[in-house]
Amino acid sequence: MASFKPTKVQVYPKLGEKVTQDTLYWKNYKAPVQIKEFGAITNIDFSPVAPHNFAVTAFTRIHIYGPFSQEPVKTFTRFKDTAYCGRFRSDGQLLVAGCEDSVVRLFDVSGKVALRMFKGHTKAVHITDFTSDRYQILTGSDDYTCRLWDIPNATELNTYQEHTDYIRCGVTSKLNRDLFITGSYDHTLKLFDARADKSVMTMDHGQPVESLLLYPSEGLLVSAGGRHVKVWDLLKGGQPLVSLKNHHKTVTCLCLSSSGHRLLSASLDRHVKVYNTTNYKVVHNFDYAASILSLALAPDDESIVVGMTNSILSIKHRKSLDESKEISGQQRRQPSYRVFVKGKNYVPKQDDYLVSKPVKQHLAKYDKQLKKFNVSKALDTALETWTRLRKPEITVAVIKELDRRGTLKNALAGRDEQGLARLLNFLIGNVVDPRFAPVLVTAAEMILDIYQSVIGQSSVVDRQLLRLQELLEREIDYQQDLLEVLGMLDTMFASSLPRKEVPSLDFFNVSVSYDIIDSLLTCQPWSNGKM
Amino acid sequence: MVEHGDIRVVHRGGSKINFREPVITHDSRYLLCASGECVKVFSTSTEECIHDLRGHTGLVTGVLLKPSNHLQVYSCSADGTVRLWDYTDGILIKVQLDSCIVFAPVFAVSVIAVIILVWKAGHNLFQLVAVDLPQSGDQLVEARELSAVLSDVSSNPAAIVFGRGGEYIASANGLHLEVYFFKKQKSYRFSLKEDNKKGGKNTVTCVACHPKDDCIATGHEDGKIRLWRNFNHKKEYTYSTLHWHHSAVSSLCFTPEGTNLLSGGMESVLVQWRYNQESERDFLPRLGSAITHITVSPDGALFCTSHSDNKITIIQSCVKVSAVIQGLVKGESVRTDMMVDPRSKSLVLNGKPGHLQFYSLPRDKLLYNLDIVQQEYIHESGLEQFEVVKAAFDASGSWLATVEERKQKDAELELNLKLWAFDEQTQSFVLNTTISAPHEARITAMCFCHATDSQTTMLVSTSKDGHFKAWQLVSDRALYRKAEFGPSWSCDFVGAYHGLVPECCCFSADGSLLAVSFQEVVTVWSPASWELLTTLSQPPKAVRDLCFGRLSCSKYLLGTTANNLLCCWNLLTCSLEWSTSMDISLLLADPLTENMAAFCCQAGSTDLFVFKPSEPRPVFSQKAVCSGKVTRAVFAPREEMLESCEESSQWLNHSQLYFLTPDLPVFPDIVIFLPPPFKLVIDDSVAMTPFYLLLGKHRQQEDADPLSGLSAERRPLPQCSVAIKELLQTPAHVLPSTSFLCSMFVQSLLISETKHVEEEMESEKEEEDSEGEMESSTQRPEQASLGGQAAPALTKAQLRELKRVKKLDHSWFPGLLHS
Repeated sequence: MASFKPTKVQVYPKLGEKVTQDTLYWKNYKAPVQIKEFGAITNIDFSPVAPHNFAVTAFTRIHIYGPFSQEPVKTFTRFKDTAYCGRFRSDGQLLVAGCEDSVVRLFDVSGKVALRMFKGHTKAVHITDFTSDRYQILTGSDDYTCRLWDIPNATELNTYQEHTDYIRCGVTSKLNRDLFITGSYDHTLKLFDARADKSVMTMDHGQPVESLLLYPSEGLLVSAGGRHVKVWDLLKGGQPLVSLKNHHKTVTCLCLSSSGHRLLSASLDRHVKVYNTTNYKVVHNFDYAASILSLALAPDDESIVVGMTNSILSIKHRKSLDESKEISGQQRRQPSYRVFVKGKNYVPKQDDYLVSKPVKQHLAKYDKQLKKFNVSKALDTALETWTRLRKPEITVAVIKELDRRGTLKNALAGRDEQGLARLLNFLIGNVVDPRFAPVLVTAAEMILDIYQSVIGQSSVVDRQLLRLQELLEREIDYQQDLLEVLGMLDTMFASSLPRKEVPSLDFFNVSVSYDIIDSLLTCQPWSNGKM
Repeated sequence: MVEHGDIRVVHRGGSKINFREPVITHDSRYLLCASGECVKVFSTSTEECIHDLRGHTGLVTGVLLKPSNHLQVYSCSADGTVRLWDYTDGILIKVQLDSCIVFAPVFAVSVIAVIILVWKAGHNLFQLVAVDLPQSGDQLVEARELSAVLSDVSSNPAAIVFGRGGEYIASANGLHLEVYFFKKQKSYRFSLKEDNKKGGKNTVTCVACHPKDDCIATGHEDGKIRLWRNFNHKKEYTYSTLHWHHSAVSSLCFTPEGTNLLSGGMESVLVQWRYNQESERDFLPRLGSAITHITVSPDGALFCTSHSDNKITIIQSCVKVSAVIQGLVKGESVRTDMMVDPRSKSLVLNGKPGHLQFYSLPRDKLLYNLDIVQQEYIHESGLEQFEVVKAAFDASGSWLATVEERKQKDAELELNLKLWAFDEQTQSFVLNTTISAPHEARITAMCFCHATDSQTTMLVSTSKDGHFKAWQLVSDRALYRKAEFGPSWSCDFVGAYHGLVPECCCFSADGSLLAVSFQEVVTVWSPASWELLTTLSQPPKAVRDLCFGRLSCSKYLLGTTANNLLCCWNLLTCSLEWSTSMDISLLLADPLTENMAAFCCQAGSTDLFVFKPSEPRPVFSQKAVCSGKVTRAVFAPREEMLESCEESSQWLNHSQLYFLTPDLPVFPDIVIFLPPPFKLVIDDSVAMTPFYLLLGKHRQQEDADPLSGLSAERRPLPQCSVAIKELLQTPAHVLPSTSFLCSMFVQSLLISETKHVEEEMESEKEEEDSEGEMESSTQRPEQASLGGQAAPALTKAQLRELKRVKKLDHSWFPGLLHS
């Protein structure tokens, strides 16, 4: 005698994106802190030394924020015009910034007034940086030149006039004091060596270059311009390695995660994309409210800071370890393991007489009713509020099982206003779900058949029926639209696919050997087949 | 030395055991049931079939214990005979012939007469007839005196029953119940209205009589049971009604003491009613499938129910199942192909609803049922249930793919593709992946890639929606949140060809090619790159069957078309090698050899051809293998290879061909082709025992003698053979001790000296051999040392020389004598 087989509840795949290690990692940030700045935020730079303050360049000011402060800890306001590219020196003591008025200013982080002013550029300076020996400054300007300056005596050391358009990005090498790279709107990236008078390497990006990034090993260079992010192998003489096109507007900023295994790119299309640096596949995606101009990651990825065109600075802090555990702590405490094994781990002794206890099959409530053929009660238990809202697949499975047993009509019939309203509520919530639709459509038809005589007697039920009707009409419209789109896509795919000729052969002219036919037709055992 | 007969077609089992109600013997140790053309004797405790009572030439239609002798049993058959058996050792005691009986189902017995239900062909009605059993000692008795007891009775034997000590007989036909009293020679008829008020049907389906009381129970179409009393009066009869069953009651039975009434029906629940306290009931639910017969053992200790899925359940009187005897289950149709499980070598096909059955062919026994659907089966007629429609094994038997479907009238087709992995620990299949709705329409064919060395396992399914899909095992853990999920199956490729419907698919033996037939076009794909390599076509009609050649013929692809054409394409040249016109209903390839079998339907009967694609002549052909159309067959590999050298039976060396006989009124059976039995010309075939090795060698040497080999007539055997025969045939327990026999045995092997000179010399040699064998248990000296007892100094080479001279010398000797 077989035991009762419980109703099979279909396991549906979770809708939405797949959960990977990356999504878990990048979702583990708190809700963003938003700070209104005075203008579009063009640059964010983290101080390399603890406590890792960051400088935010927006309009004519540079604000320095502490890691958890919502108010700036320091403000530099001595700019005559829009400031650009406030960057810390590697010891975190000095800060350099360009300006629309072509003057480059050097500040002491603790002071207020500029320590040095570097004058020589003729147009706005969009890019400033310290070299790795800390004594020189690199600047790049809209006058198509980039210059090296000496900090102690504020003199210009060298000028490079190779670009033919605005220079908008540049990085200095962290390992070599003489190397730096600039990117310009003339679509090129140039690698300069301070010991030589000319650029030593030129790479063509193809679009105006907006941002540059050197890998910590400095073997690879990442450039962003237009919708493309390109990776170049410097050790191979600037050979392009990968070209990524995942944004649909200009990519404005690049950033590496602290481990160096993930690359982040921010774009005017309001997205930040996270790439895996081994296969350059997008592993995660952040959405923001406005076009992003600047992006920075705190050391150890403790926070993600994004500056946008609507002058809002968004800071996301990583959830601390105990915070992420907080949720599990809220759950009800389970009885300890000891409670469950109590008496179960007893090993019978040799002269013990074993009385076997029949194993009791545990059944869910609705299964118990189904076992007794109480169809209406089974449906009632499956329609309980918790199941209906949290696990609609169970309710659907029970409805499906009743339908399979041919008793769904009996189970649906004979309900009062409240019961019918609950049923209709469930239908309205789930009938358009593609996972449940095949089952629920039959149930809905049956309900309409059964209860058509009572329409108009209860306002609650009537209202729900109207809602159901609206819902279905809308759904039909959606489906029609989708079909139209599908048709369009089909034609596009059909035209884009290359036509491939399939080699086919014609068998009409193949002669058939007639002796085979004869031999098979006569079906006699052949004389020489016998021994 | 070995003689060959013809290849025979032999019935191998799978016959119905639930055709008539079984019988339990008085000691409750055996259960007898009619099964095809024989009566099977099962043990009630071990479920094993002990032996068959063979002898009938037609369908056995009933079994009954002889009331006067507890060790004898009657059986009757559609061949018109009633036989009396001693069931313990299966010896036929007597045959009653009855020439006028055409159809003879159940009977009941009074002491000297058997009452049989017969079908009078002349009158077109069923009749109850009493046959007097002559008390003669003859084996074959012609029963002449037939006296009709009741005419116009129902064809259903369950509707005829004997009451209290055989005083009366109750028979129900349609809405009427007729009770005939033997003593009074009077019959009473009671009728019911056609339909009662509530729309129930009153047709009587079965009748039972109380053994002690005057009470008749009738079961009805609407599930009611009526208990009739006072039926020896025309007017004052009464009846009470019991109602639990929701559909027709198919069987009723009182326990021998009359305390309980058992009833069963479609619901597959055995209901036990207390007699006179009918509100108290016991239930035994979930017996598997609809109950067709209920019987109780004469001592009341065991109940036994037959079920519609060819099963007999033995139930203890405390309403607990104690044993299940399960035959081959065959539902309305065999939807899956017949397959052979590569691991257990058992036959696999769909059985109980939603199950796959594993059936051992050599033992004719169901091994186990694998629950595919895993849903509670609702026993109600008219319900559409999930059915297993396709199944496939991979080459090693570690994966099983099944397709189940359910089609409701106006709902969408529900399809599930399930993949089962073989679990070494539990030795059964465990569900790995369920793919709901793998295709939008019915799946027409499914096959695994059978290449043994391939890294990935691949499954291809073709469907009526115009696509074929390739499924592959992926173990990409990055896809899952938890690492505990093992590898699972996912779709690898979806292919289509001009929107045509794919009908069948087939992988080549090495797995490098996949052939999919789209109506009249056969497409050949490369599974590695999913490139369409070529198309082959034979335009007029659709391709029905596809098969790749094996081994040396692997370059051939064979297909049958709907317009009775068998085509063979050469894949190297992509051209048609040959084609022939045959109406082939089934084409299958032997997995172990390059042979192909084609079942060909001609004029209502099926012919079999076995051929190699590379050779123009069939290896074997047989006309009219059976009547009707064979649609299911399978090549089952042999456990050990035969070494037949005859060309026509060589194809059976590696595997056996089983087929399912077509749907005839008789329950379809599994039938097998057997190679001719080996026959030693000298003697009957002997089993391969140590004795055989000893004695067989002895004889072979005799044969090896060039002279006797040439002579047409057999030489007389040495006298010893009689003694040996006796020794071998006497049961072991009556033999004296071995030490006593040994000297006798050895002596018997010696040949008396009065024989011919030539034989004498030979017997010497034989003696040497046999002695050598006999002594081998103690020591294993070389043959030479034994022979060289006289001259131990001789070297081996010298001995060999000596032997050669001996042989030479008697080759010319007889010639000399004759001259």
